[in-house]
Amino acid sequence: MSDWLSWYITILTLGNIAACWWLIRWTSKARPGEAAVGETTGHVWDGDLKEYNNPLPRWWLGLFYITIVFSLVYLALYPGLGNWKGLLGWTSTGQYEEEVKEAEARYGPIFQRYAKMTPAALAADEKAMASGRRLFMTYCAVCHGSDARGGPGFPNLTDDDWLWGGDFETIKKTILDGRQAMMPAWGKTLGERGVEEVAAYVLSLSGRSADPALVEAGRAKFRTYCAACHGPEGKGNPLMGAPNLTDDVWLYGGSPETIKETIRNGRKGRMPAHRALLGEEKAHLLAAYVWSLSRREAAR
Amino acid sequence: MATHEVIEKNTGLLVVFILLVVSIGGLVEIVPLFFLDQTTKPVEGLKPYSALELEGRDIYIREGCYVCHSQMIRPFRAETERYGHYSVAGEFVYDHPFQWGSKRTGPDLARVGGRYSDEWHRVHLMNPRDVVPESNMPAFPWLAERVLDGKLTARKMRVLRSLGVPYTDEQIAKAREEVAGKTELDALIAYLQSLGRAIQSRR
Repeated sequence: MSDWLSWYITILTLGNIAACWWLIRWTSKARPGEAAVGETTGHVWDGDLKEYNNPLPRWWLGLFYITIVFSLVYLALYPGLGNWKGLLGWTSTGQYEEEVKEAEARYGPIFQRYAKMTPAALAADEKAMASGRRLFMTYCAVCHGSDARGGPGFPNLTDDDWLWGGDFETIKKTILDGRQAMMPAWGKTLGERGVEEVAAYVLSLSGRSADPALVEAGRAKFRTYCAACHGPEGKGNPLMGAPNLTDDVWLYGGSPETIKETIRNGRKGRMPAHRALLGEEKAHLLAAYVWSLSRREAAR
Repeated sequence: MATHEVIEKNTGLLVVFILLVVSIGGLVEIVPLFFLDQTTKPVEGLKPYSALELEGRDIYIREGCYVCHSQMIRPFRAETERYGHYSVAGEFVYDHPFQWGSKRTGPDLARVGGRYSDEWHRVHLMNPRDVVPESNMPAFPWLAERVLDGKLTARKMRVLRSLGVPYTDEQIAKAREEVAGKTELDALIAYLQSLGRAIQSRR
């Protein structure tokens, strides 16, 4: 801060303390012409209330002086007076850095060790998985649920169905850099009739019943508009996060109405990037935890 | 007569002295903040709220979000691990008034921008229990039904400009167009997604 501001603060603060000291000295001294100690001042209220001229209690005065001494010691040790840094050199960011450094020294080696382990080794390590679970609860459960089974619009991570790929490195990349899916809205292009037809065909892909005439009409339209991302057979494409439409796993819901809504308005699923928040090492452990979830489910 | 008696018996003089004494704390602790670089200069990369974000901010205030959500990450490791880099004063120079809040029933929102997808916010504001079963946050379904007309947006931006927010004439001219027809839900989500983006690193 500028010099004048620093002096402004310093002079006001020290002046205030000095004024307190002066005030307490001034008012505790006996004055000439004053009633002697133990006598009444001569004031009378309500006919019989009188006031003794007693000095301020010594202990009370003492406390007052102690607060003055305390404030001076405090202002000498800590940065309270303008640009004065304080004898201790304390800052709130310095205290924070210290706290982080201590934590790094304590937890850093653990995460460094985990970062060198393979996903299979991590999945077999109970302590590592307990840590992974806690990370998941803090950073992932808000969308994917505390049981990692997701919800409408948020993928289930415990099954073996993956939008962007379920191998360890892909999961890690998804966590670190996020994903942005982009299903365009087809309502205007297809028209309401077209939406019904394509929806009927999509229903038939996973073996559900639909009007055969609509399915046939939808087949051709699917080839033109949908196959570029979902593949000619509707099996999806992990490079674009395009879901497989032939299984019975639905990200946004598989009812005919929801499917039509998806086709009509499109979807923009987004997984936010976590690189800045988590860092490489924690993402490694977290990826191993997520990777282990679907394997555990498969082994069941 | 003791001089102290002069003060005791003269109410006007007593008031002046009392005001003098109680103002010293403010003169020392508040006044300098108007002159410090840390509190008056925006951090690098800080942008004023867009027209839609600004409307969203007003909805945030109207619905009382600040009662349960703070926007102030304190410099403790427990907070920076969860929320990201601690808040610095330079991030709030365009906030009039700032939304630091004083109590957390819900989590801190100072860096919620980009943390979740727009879709998540949509679902969550319509009914928080759909994504966080144990949540005790109220649902705000009416936000999706109420459509903004943007009538006052430009005026709000002009007022903020008079307080030092660097809006351009072009931004103000386009304000109504940007806001009109959007729902309050869109605006609130735009606001939430803008929070805390100027500082991206964790520390």
